[in-house]
Amino acid sequence: MSLNRRDFVKATAVAAAATAAGITLPKELLAATPESVEGGWRWDKAVCRFCGTGCGIMVATKNEKIVAVKGDPAAPVNRGLNCIKGYFNAKIMYGADRLKQPLMRVDENGNFSKNGKFKTVSWKKAYDEMEKQMKKSLKELGPTGIAVFGSGQYTVQEGYAMAKLMKAGFRSNNIDPNARHCMASAVAGFIQTFGIDEPAGCYDDIELTDTVITWGANMAEMHPVLWSRVTDRKLSDPDNVRIINLSTFTNRCSDLADVEIIFKPHTDLAIWNYIAREIVYNNPEIIDRDFVDKYTEFATGFVNTGYGMRSPGHSKYSALEEETVSKQASKKISKNEAITLGYLGHKEGDTLKMTNAGKAGAHWAIPFGEFKKALEPYTLDYVARLSKGNPDEDMASYKVKLKLMASLYMEKKRKVVSFWTMGMNQHTRGVWVNEQAYMVHLLLGKQAKPGNGAFSLTGQPSACGTAREVGTFAHRLPADMVVKNPKHREISEKIWKIPKGTLNPKVGTHIMKILRDLEDGKIKFAWVNVCNPFMCSANANHWLKAARNMDNFIVVSDSYPGVSAKVADLVLPVAMIYEKWGAYGNAERRTQHWKQQVVPVGHSMPDLWQYIEISKRFKLKEVWGAQKIPGLEGGLPDVLSEAQKMGYNPDDTLFDVLFANKDAKSYPWPDPVGEGFHNTEAAGDGREIKGTNGEDWKGYGFFIQKYLWEEYRLFGEGKAHDYADFDTYHKVRGLKWPVVDGKETPWRFNSKYDPYARKANTGEFAFYGKALKSIPQGTLKGPVASKGKVNLTNKAKIFFRPYMDPPEMPDNNYPLWLCTGRVLEHWHSGTMTMRVPELYRAVPEALCYMHPDDAGKFGVAQGDLIWIDSRRGKVKAHVETRGRNRPPKGLIYVPWFDEKVLINKVCLDATDPISKQTDFKKCAVKIYKA
Amino acid sequence: MKTMFRGAGFLGLGGAIWGNAAYKLKASELTLRPPGAVAEKDFVKACVRCGTCVEACPYNTLMLATIDDHTAIGTPYFKPRNIPCYMCTDVPCVPVCPSGALDLKTIAREVGGKKTDEPDINKAKMGVAVIDKDACLAFWGIQCDACYRACPLMGTAITIEFRRNERTGKHAFLEPVVQRDVCTGCGLCEHACITEKAAIFVLPRNIATGKVGEHYIKGWEREDEQRLHNLKEKKEKETSPEDVLNDWEDLLDDD
Repeated sequence: MSLNRRDFVKATAVAAAATAAGITLPKELLAATPESVEGGWRWDKAVCRFCGTGCGIMVATKNEKIVAVKGDPAAPVNRGLNCIKGYFNAKIMYGADRLKQPLMRVDENGNFSKNGKFKTVSWKKAYDEMEKQMKKSLKELGPTGIAVFGSGQYTVQEGYAMAKLMKAGFRSNNIDPNARHCMASAVAGFIQTFGIDEPAGCYDDIELTDTVITWGANMAEMHPVLWSRVTDRKLSDPDNVRIINLSTFTNRCSDLADVEIIFKPHTDLAIWNYIAREIVYNNPEIIDRDFVDKYTEFATGFVNTGYGMRSPGHSKYSALEEETVSKQASKKISKNEAITLGYLGHKEGDTLKMTNAGKAGAHWAIPFGEFKKALEPYTLDYVARLSKGNPDEDMASYKVKLKLMASLYMEKKRKVVSFWTMGMNQHTRGVWVNEQAYMVHLLLGKQAKPGNGAFSLTGQPSACGTAREVGTFAHRLPADMVVKNPKHREISEKIWKIPKGTLNPKVGTHIMKILRDLEDGKIKFAWVNVCNPFMCSANANHWLKAARNMDNFIVVSDSYPGVSAKVADLVLPVAMIYEKWGAYGNAERRTQHWKQQVVPVGHSMPDLWQYIEISKRFKLKEVWGAQKIPGLEGGLPDVLSEAQKMGYNPDDTLFDVLFANKDAKSYPWPDPVGEGFHNTEAAGDGREIKGTNGEDWKGYGFFIQKYLWEEYRLFGEGKAHDYADFDTYHKVRGLKWPVVDGKETPWRFNSKYDPYARKANTGEFAFYGKALKSIPQGTLKGPVASKGKVNLTNKAKIFFRPYMDPPEMPDNNYPLWLCTGRVLEHWHSGTMTMRVPELYRAVPEALCYMHPDDAGKFGVAQGDLIWIDSRRGKVKAHVETRGRNRPPKGLIYVPWFDEKVLINKVCLDATDPISKQTDFKKCAVKIYKA
Repeated sequence: MKTMFRGAGFLGLGGAIWGNAAYKLKASELTLRPPGAVAEKDFVKACVRCGTCVEACPYNTLMLATIDDHTAIGTPYFKPRNIPCYMCTDVPCVPVCPSGALDLKTIAREVGGKKTDEPDINKAKMGVAVIDKDACLAFWGIQCDACYRACPLMGTAITIEFRRNERTGKHAFLEPVVQRDVCTGCGLCEHACITEKAAIFVLPRNIATGKVGEHYIKGWEREDEQRLHNLKEKKEKETSPEDVLNDWEDLLDDD
């Protein structure tokens, strides 16, 4: 039986991998599994559905159902372990209210009606309406009138297909992922500093370092399996290994940490500069001169760049909202800013006009002397005063801790890893604070070395693999290319075999702007893919109303009826992770593929199929004619005649050109790699599904997932974004790109480990990223045109970035900081984990964590139901004064997984002006008894 | 609307059951009582089955025992896996007790060593949590600790012990440990436990705990000496040595 043979081969592979890793596996795992086959279940490798850690799991299927999972003992990340979300991977697909049929708002005659009630419709009817609505929006508004909410939870192929459909097909760059909320500041930090996205290091840094410093990263709850590796590292050498936890409230990382530093929201900007000042002023001998001289250049940028809010005076803002929004235009220089922006001549009470809001990303090289000058104010005394976050903590002891941290960074032989996630990314100066991490590590030469490095962790399972590497952003193309760059468009047009000039050079709308544009009637068709934007976006009241009250059509593809589905017009049921083929890329650049394990439930269909099916409804002549694009002079050219020269017919569909072309059909299904497994898209799956044309779904007839992978990897080949071929990933437990000559790359930019760094031939290191490598030169005050540009090929930048206040801070009316985030038990908006009964029971609702003295001060008690009220909205939650998170006085913490506590109604939609990532970690609120 | 008596069928069955129960004063060793309950044998005697505490509980935690509950019918109890005690800081269930079965003194807040009239829920001793290590995922190496994070006295009643995981070579166990002297038995841990049947569960203290004699004090722990404060002078039993000595003839018996 072929099953026997395959299981035997698999077991052998596991054993080989385990031996290579130097671990011993229990005998029963090494044995081939004829018993399992006799028992009727099959084990196969897959990856955990949840976070960016990327744990490998094994999935057992029986009778077309996932019956069990186990941690994959051969997976290098987790070696057979999981956290409790991973433990429940087998159950997430079988929630009681799983969406199994397309549902549309219809009137009593069964026709679409914006005010109708959801009723089951056929796939054909759903697609007929979707086509009609999409065409209506395109006709009225052009390519910018439609938008896609993408995701860091797309499989690679899904993200790639949707990006291709939007950018090459509809010529719209209005696709942006929820990863914008999660990683955009990290991305811009990488691009501006190194010219290429994603971390240099890998998880092995944990075992190799002496010091782990977490900056706004509650790894104990958000990356539990990695945290257990940090814990093991601490236990392995407790006297030497040091753990420091920096946070605005006490969280579970502090259980292990040697030192906990509770700082005031936003003052991480000042703390990084304090460390840099300690280095530059008090310990200059510790600067790695050779490294700094050879591989870096100092740089800075504008400060009056706003906070990513809409311009004041918007008709839909209330007067209260305007109080904060006004800062987008200008603000008064505060006492602290007078100190930290003193180098620009600003004084307390001056008005700072945000005239460079449109040039937030601009930066220029400065001499070291200027860099040093700007660091001057960040003395221990000043930074301690500014940043001490716990009013009950003694100032002297706080200073000792800051000093200790600086000295750990500076200790010559000590290896240091700085980890961060949302605390630094969800920040109105998130790109700056990311760059500050590199500033310190680069000054010390502690970057891109085993056990040494600033390491941005990822939240979502494929924020790296899909959102970033595929480039499902409004400004990106695959492999770090951007739509603005004509060369990048040309390369992409060649790979996609579409006429020159098809791609739209104008950056599309980022995720916050899609919501704002829905409210403004500038976007009238939106499709939600693998995310829940109406729950996860700040200032939610506006967007919920926009979805329901404006003239638009919102499609939500999802597996469970979440908040976004509730405000949608059409809901399409999707196949979940193990019901489809896919690939994810985790935070250490590890790409992991899996096979479809079971047939999807009900009439749900894979996202990939849903995206491709709509392409059948559009002919080239409908989308490739001349198009008007607001803000793009001349609009998009007519490329139909060019297309005809390439052999396309104006009556060909986007399906014919983008997805069912000759290349695609050269990947036949069945394929040996998929022997014994379903492929719903390629061949149907035995269910009697009537497809979008009303006929039985029998499959595309070719191996669409393999085709998309093989085409996608052309973008990165030879450009330091190399992947292995499709089949290889089905034999291994993931590979860290770039994969060159069959070998993965553990540490990038380091010639010992990275063939691209070796190729640059610049010695030990080469920061070879290509983006933003030619920049002007100037002083702290600005670029000086006469100085010309400097070429930074193979170099990284050490940025000076100042401390500035966030746009909204507590005051008499709204006296508390609000910070939001996650809890270990629940994933994001809870659509999956709140449906696992055990996880629901463990944490059934989002609580408002606060200091007991604050509870007393505001007249509320443990367990009370209270209102949490901001200038934008309010929600009710129960008070928790003794829970897992222990805020200092003056700050409350509310997780956002619970749709009954829709905390994003309260949050401020200010973003980093460079990355456009929302700051969910700070706004001002008041609380009172409900 | 909150029902006065949540014990199913209690009112309906009326007098017959009550008559029967009046004689069934037997203490039940396996029942978890509300905070502030006096010792079980005194509790079942003192409790007048009025249901006032049940009415006062804002979380519907407390129930009145029915004939099926293996405890004195009409007495209040709770099942943490269903609804745990949320440890209200004002402990509304205790001061309303008319009979002294729930006694504020047992959980009185102490200020400067003196008991006040204020309740301190952290002093409640409803039971103690016990961990079945074979079923607890943390002891498998799974990163869980749901009980720890659910514990209102997190870090004191449940602590985490770190241990290296030799099996993987690079992860650690984060194992929950119940500190029985701090644990109140509220059962939030049992409620949160994510295994099919809870791997951490609350038992009445007398069932779950042992006791070391006061004649031996830990030489390695200064505070252990505190146990001597509990020392009660006992009248030792006396036997006459003469009687022992004169009982010698057995020694000569051959068989």
